[in-house]
Amino acid sequence: MPLLWLRVATVLYGVGLIHAMLMLRQRGERSGRIAAPAVGLGIVFHLVSLVETACLFGYAELVTIRQAESALALLIALIFTGMFLRYRTATPAALIFPLIFLLTFASAISHNPVGITRSSLYSGWILFHVSTLIFGYAMLFLSFVGSLLYLVLMRQLKRKQQPSWAARMPALQVVDEWGYKALLLGFPFMTIGLITGSVVAEEKFGAGFISDPKVVLSLLMWAVYLTLLYTRWSAGWRGRKAAYLASVGFVVAVCAWGANYLSKLHRFVAP
Amino acid sequence: MNYFVLGVNHKTAPVQVRERFAIPESRLPEALGKLTSMDGIEEGMIVSTCNRVEIFARSQNGTCDLQQFVREYFGFQTGEFEPYIFQHEKLEAVKHVFRVASSLDSMVVGESQILGQVKEAYAIARAVGTVNSQLDQLLTRAFAVAKKVRSETTIASNSVSIASVAVDLAEKIFGSLQGKSVYLVGAGKMCELAARHLIAHGASKIYVGNRTFDRAVTLAQKFEGEAIPFERLYDTVPWADIVISSTGAPHAIFRKEHGEKFLHVRKNRPMFFIDIAVPRDIDPALNDLDGIFVYNIDDLQQVVQSHLGDRKKEAVRAEAMVEEEVRKFEARAQTAEVVPTIVSLQQHLETLRQAELDRVRGRLGTLTPEQEIAIETLTRGIINKIMHTPITALKASARDPEATTVIDVVRKLFNLRPQPVEKPPASSGGDAAAQKPAAQADSEAESPELARQTQK
Repeated sequence: MPLLWLRVATVLYGVGLIHAMLMLRQRGERSGRIAAPAVGLGIVFHLVSLVETACLFGYAELVTIRQAESALALLIALIFTGMFLRYRTATPAALIFPLIFLLTFASAISHNPVGITRSSLYSGWILFHVSTLIFGYAMLFLSFVGSLLYLVLMRQLKRKQQPSWAARMPALQVVDEWGYKALLLGFPFMTIGLITGSVVAEEKFGAGFISDPKVVLSLLMWAVYLTLLYTRWSAGWRGRKAAYLASVGFVVAVCAWGANYLSKLHRFVAP
Repeated sequence: MNYFVLGVNHKTAPVQVRERFAIPESRLPEALGKLTSMDGIEEGMIVSTCNRVEIFARSQNGTCDLQQFVREYFGFQTGEFEPYIFQHEKLEAVKHVFRVASSLDSMVVGESQILGQVKEAYAIARAVGTVNSQLDQLLTRAFAVAKKVRSETTIASNSVSIASVAVDLAEKIFGSLQGKSVYLVGAGKMCELAARHLIAHGASKIYVGNRTFDRAVTLAQKFEGEAIPFERLYDTVPWADIVISSTGAPHAIFRKEHGEKFLHVRKNRPMFFIDIAVPRDIDPALNDLDGIFVYNIDDLQQVVQSHLGDRKKEAVRAEAMVEEEVRKFEARAQTAEVVPTIVSLQQHLETLRQAELDRVRGRLGTLTPEQEIAIETLTRGIINKIMHTPITALKASARDPEATTVIDVVRKLFNLRPQPVEKPPASSGGDAAAQKPAAQADSEAESPELARQTQK
């Protein structure tokens, strides 16, 4: 059943995605009426799916890649909804919805979940590790969206021509604040998540875990994260430079996430 | 529907003519009194602004000579003002009032002042009592139409002056202007105007730098700002989020290297440069720097022009809305004329029925409840059958220009009281239905029964 709910949610998010794309081509007036309720409903189904999973299989099930993808998508969808209600702008949807859709889709079609040994001694720690990192990932992604939006807005202001959808966009500095706050909020979570992960891995696999591709990429991601924060603090990097750096961060994050499928260690199958 | 409009506006008359028509607010009550004392004029109001002087009136019998009022009131000679005036009556007058209130007739289409001015004129005329029934409905409707046009089109949503465009842009960059600081380089008039707009939108700190320090001090005092000696210009400009430059310098005073320095000092926080000087004060290359936005007078003008273009497009939609509203208003007004007659016809026949019942009741003796009901049904049935044809005719005539004739015939045939089209019945007495002023007749909330009657 949880999988069915998740698939329903995927379809509903798909409606949101189509609307976001239409909006970019300035044609989303009619689809807007169904998109907002569809996404709202999608979030509800999504939530039901996750809760049911936890009830049926226990919390440990939530730390499988499939469920983690699903949870990350839900978190981003929730934050987007919050932003939409607060600022009445749906423009970031064009950047956010492809990811939400992809994550839910990937989660909804995987028939062969990467399993966890349910009896794992560390399952509490791993749950903590996974949830803090999911939050860290979501925030990193949002700050990436923020810096891209900043770049788009900046270009428009400089070109002195405003397409009509830009009229509904928040101000440059507001977008800047979003990105920065997301960075600030996400960094501690990402750090704590990585530390717990390392501690658990050290216990389990000894010092050798450090050379695993997943671990290397995660550390690289953390370093980019730190650089983003540092350049912001010390030099106030915004605009182009910050957007490039954030893009690098995003690519590394995607790789680090994708490395779940490559890594031998990070499958959480007890050795 | 006996509405009339006469006036001069920016389309029909140059300012030297318009100013001769202008009536200051203090003299409006007196002018309104004169207007409504004219033959045939029942209600009237006057809108007098710098772009228009217009007289709205309603007559009882369908004719009124507003030109005569103009001649008498302003003391014009015949032939002196006629080429400059415009006149509308009936539906054309309704449409004109709707268009004026919706700012479709304005010099800058979509500007919001005119609605306020019409509302003021209306308030004065109401206070004096020269607007009280049908003209009141017309204006109330006009305000509703204006609101609808504003909310359902984007006719008023974009700024069309240089200063307000500058504010819009600043808000696009900084979000709220609350707490933002503004640096005026040069103490020109345009600088002052733009600064005033920015302050009105929340900008708090003002710095003024000018080659002549005294002028900087004078201008700074106006805004409770800070005057800064010109030598310290480059050190102090980074303090400001918004810089407005309008010096008479023959070459650019802000070049790219300055911009780089400013951004460094400000840790890349964005800056907005408005260059209203010709020749330009700010090197356009500054705009290439991340975080610096430079708009010169042409850029601002271009935004203004594109907004004006948008307004023109929206105005077409707004005109269609006004047309539709005029049709609705017409239909409603005609129904409103018919409804009181229908109601008094029903009341009249019901009174007759009751009276006849009372008269024969004594002779009938005691009746069983079933018999009571039977008599009730019988008499009501007869009344309804009789009423059916005249009511159908009245309703049909509501959509017809001959409504008044049918109303008169029905009233005569059934010996109903004359229709109270005049001043609304502030006093008591009279039959309740006939007293319903037309204004209420179309409001469902106030008389659901009437509203039901008017439906098919």
